[in-house]
Amino acid sequence: MLVLLALQFGAASVAPVLVRCWGRRACYPLALAPAAALGWAVGHTARVTDGGAVVETYPWVPGLGLDLALRVTTLSWLMVVLVGGIGALVLVYCAGYFDADEPGLGRFVAIFVCFVGAMLGVVVADNLLLLYVFWELTSVCSYLLIGQHPEQAASRRAATQALIVTTLGGLAMLVGFILVGEHAGTYRWSEIEARPPSGGAYLVVAVLLIVAGVVTKSALFPASFWLPAAMAAPTPVSAYLHAAAMVKAGIYLVALLAPVYADVGPWRPLLFVAGAGTMLLGGWAALRQVDLKLLLAYGTISQLGMLTVLVAAGDPDAALAGTTLLLAHALFKATLFLVVGIVDQRAGTRDLTVLSGLWRRMPLVGAVALLAAASMAGVPPLLGFVAKEAVFEAFVGDPPLLAALVAGSALTAGYTARFVWGAFADRPGAEPTPTRPVEPVLLLPAAALAVAGLALGPFAGGVGEALRTYPGVFGATDHHLALWHGPGLALGLSATALAGGLLLFVLFRPVRPALARLRAPFDGDTAYQYVARVLDRLAVEVTGATQRGSLPQYLGIILLVLVVGPGGVLLFGDVRPHVAAHWENPLQAVVGVVLVVAAVLAVRARRRLTAVILVGLTGYGTGLLFLLHGAPEVALTQFLVETVTIVIFVLVLRRLPTHFSRRRLRRIRWGRIGLGLAVGTVMAGLVLVARASRQAAPVSENFPQLARDFGYGRNVVNVILVDIRAWDTLGEISVLVVAGTGVASLIFQFRRRPSRARRPDLPAPGPERVWLRAGSTLHIRRRSIVLEVVVRLIFHTIVIFSIFLLWSGHNGPGGGFTGGLVAGLALALRYLAGGRHELDQAAPVDASVVLGTGLLFAIGTGLLALPLGGQVLQSARVDVHLPLVGDVHLVTSVFFDIGVYLVVVGLALDILRSLGAEVDHQIEVEEAPGGGLRTSGEQTPGVRG
Amino acid sequence: MTPDVVLVVVVGVLFATGAILLMERSLSRALLGVILFGNGVNLLLLLAGHPGGVPIVGITPAEEMADPLPEAMILTAIVITLGLTAFLLALAYRSWQLIGHDEVRDDPEDRRIVRRAERDQVSGPDDSTTEGPLAPDGFGGLDPEQVDPEPPPRRFDGPATEPPQPPGGTAGPR
Repeated sequence: MLVLLALQFGAASVAPVLVRCWGRRACYPLALAPAAALGWAVGHTARVTDGGAVVETYPWVPGLGLDLALRVTTLSWLMVVLVGGIGALVLVYCAGYFDADEPGLGRFVAIFVCFVGAMLGVVVADNLLLLYVFWELTSVCSYLLIGQHPEQAASRRAATQALIVTTLGGLAMLVGFILVGEHAGTYRWSEIEARPPSGGAYLVVAVLLIVAGVVTKSALFPASFWLPAAMAAPTPVSAYLHAAAMVKAGIYLVALLAPVYADVGPWRPLLFVAGAGTMLLGGWAALRQVDLKLLLAYGTISQLGMLTVLVAAGDPDAALAGTTLLLAHALFKATLFLVVGIVDQRAGTRDLTVLSGLWRRMPLVGAVALLAAASMAGVPPLLGFVAKEAVFEAFVGDPPLLAALVAGSALTAGYTARFVWGAFADRPGAEPTPTRPVEPVLLLPAAALAVAGLALGPFAGGVGEALRTYPGVFGATDHHLALWHGPGLALGLSATALAGGLLLFVLFRPVRPALARLRAPFDGDTAYQYVARVLDRLAVEVTGATQRGSLPQYLGIILLVLVVGPGGVLLFGDVRPHVAAHWENPLQAVVGVVLVVAAVLAVRARRRLTAVILVGLTGYGTGLLFLLHGAPEVALTQFLVETVTIVIFVLVLRRLPTHFSRRRLRRIRWGRIGLGLAVGTVMAGLVLVARASRQAAPVSENFPQLARDFGYGRNVVNVILVDIRAWDTLGEISVLVVAGTGVASLIFQFRRRPSRARRPDLPAPGPERVWLRAGSTLHIRRRSIVLEVVVRLIFHTIVIFSIFLLWSGHNGPGGGFTGGLVAGLALALRYLAGGRHELDQAAPVDASVVLGTGLLFAIGTGLLALPLGGQVLQSARVDVHLPLVGDVHLVTSVFFDIGVYLVVVGLALDILRSLGAEVDHQIEVEEAPGGGLRTSGEQTPGVRG
Repeated sequence: MTPDVVLVVVVGVLFATGAILLMERSLSRALLGVILFGNGVNLLLLLAGHPGGVPIVGITPAEEMADPLPEAMILTAIVITLGLTAFLLALAYRSWQLIGHDEVRDDPEDRRIVRRAERDQVSGPDDSTTEGPLAPDGFGGLDPEQVDPEPPPRRFDGPATEPPQPPGGTAGPR
């Protein structure tokens, strides 16, 4: 069975390719997939009809009680036959129905086949959760198929409506399933059925929720409104999903659960009322329709109501009647829809007030339709008649329900007559509708289904025999299906229904105005519109009230939650703060005071540069505190980063106004200060409490040991970065790459400049000695010869030092981050001393190349551990003996660190190129005489250096 | 292990000042707030571990070492903050380039929803209220959702309207 399901989904995934190659003819090979399901079912007939079950189980998510438990018994066998058989026939029909150049045909066919798989899944699933998964999958497929023409508003609206209604019910059903499953301790229906858990209030709730799912899926009143709207879908979809297969899922579920739940309180009243009401209202509505497809849609709703009554009854006779009608309905309703499709395609309309004389132009189609319609109306000797007989027989003991069923059958006969007459008969005074010829490929699937309905009538006994194990669940019965039971009550009722239907049809015209006024008092569609509108309004109000669009406001709310939440715990919780000493080290106090003063002044500063320097001061102060706390490596990084940060700030601030813009509202300002102080207080309190409440030993306790034995390094912090928590580092450098790319894309407005070549026209080192080759490109007033000399002297030393830091980082202070930052500062020096051309001299590569290489290096090293027999990013040690040098221990994580180094250098280079060089360029363009183009440098390619 | 007063006060002040600046409209001020916040968070992380000697095997005995894990985390955090700073500064620069200042304005989309709420409207004409086919592209002219109600952002177009801000210091890198 799993193979069957996989086959459908596999076929669905290749369908677009097949359609691209073969056009609509691809439907033929694809029809083999559902046909295989039919073949499989036929092959297992004997085993299933003998009361056995085909069972397959595969574990999936054991923690949720979700396994791929598949089980086919009589009921699901019947559904597999219908789903597979009709699915295959409708696919064949598709090959003739669509134009050769139908847009989106590949997508359509793929979803259609996918739907076959989902529907098969619903009927073969034994696990309720699995059933739910497939159930929702059918909803999604239905949504996509109804919305086949997304450019039409009606199509979009119908698709959305169907999806919302069915998934809403589906969600309710899921809750019901979970209630049932949790109480039973298993989600396998076969086990629940074998040992039903005792009832209780929960069961009533669960049944109500499951019934909600059924009502929406099978379009029962009051949720029936989505089905007529769904007729916006192409006709094959209507024939299959909305007549033969998907809407039957609800009926199937009721039939599946009825043996256990039929006696639970609300089950029978609810489903009887919903079913009977739907049957009568749907039939009534069908009589009024002028669109053949809508007529059939309302007819389907009516029939679904009747089926619900039958299968919900929990009685062997009703169950037998229900399954027979299920089969008969699938056969005749699919046929009729296919016929409507043919009429629509070949006559150009499906309006029964326009069509005329079709029976003469397409007699074969007319015959097929007549056959199916006769079955629908319950005319002997068709299967529909057998089913109706069984229905009346089963409900003899329940006169009110019996009356409703007879009335429903009369309505059915009435709208059937209207359908046949409207589609094919001559209309007095109307021209015969012109038609195009009908290809056999369109007619054959419909004919096959209609003939099946005819052929199964005389063999009704055999049908009953094949299905007998399902009604047998409810108890023994002496009733058997047969074409001819002899004269009796059932036959009389059948005749009454037929006669009533014909009478309705004949009398329809005179009483039509009266009929038109007689509608359901409550319209589901209106309710849906109303609810949708109310929800929309509510969403707008809530969003408008909470999401005012002000970033400071959002941040304020977040901070307020921080103050109220953890702050409240601090105030009222059972926590005790601890303070050990005033300071560990007197120097700490000095640094602390400086830091506090700088931070406060930074808030008050009105000049940008002042604020930046003060904030930088707090950064250096923090670095000192790190140092005093025993974290020299962190301190070193902090100092470097702080320096780079100040460089970046200065690069940008030269373009921004010197002062911050004026703050406007004093009141808001005080609120901000108050909130800020509260945040600071809460965080300080948290520090006190958090440290005192540590109970477990730190996870890092044995890191020194691990670092030496498994990371092959002595610098524990570095080993944490490149080995123990290397995934973090990998994530981090990815963020750096993204940030660098983001900076570049913000500054280079259209694209990065092409690769940086060194400028050939710069003075060559020669007799006329220069300190920096690009120094002469700067304006004389912006040059500093001292800086040029110093940079010339120390640049290479700094770069070598950075590489030293990188290599020694594994065993001593340093590492990829520190090394990379040092190298980045070296580049910044070159840029500051010699301008943007000097930067190109120093690093004639594109920053993105460095970033990408670094990331690839890190990832590649991480993957290298796999062939060496480790996990991703695990360190491995390689011992090499080099002549002259001696034994060298290479640890693979050093290469990871090289990746980190490259990324950091790349980031620095990217920042210098964007915020430095490119901004320089933009300034130059602006200041150039006649350079009126202020917007961007990219628009003046001629000026580009 | 318990922390000492100085560090507690420093963390509190960094968070307080950071929060105040963070809630500013000016992007560069908010960025300074982020940096102060970041320093505070890093100190907080540091305080989560115990102090001690340099965490290098062979220099400090394992039991006297400072906790290396927070140090590694801080190291990561510092460098990330650098990337964030660069990105936000680029944003501030771009904002200045486009609209002449680096203030974070209210989100126009959010403001539009607020206006709709004030006028008791729905979120937009949807399929459930629209009748008839829309423009061929499905969301064409009839769908106001697709029409940008705000005027396009003004490009900075020269000294004629508003003089460009004098560069802070020299125009060159020094």
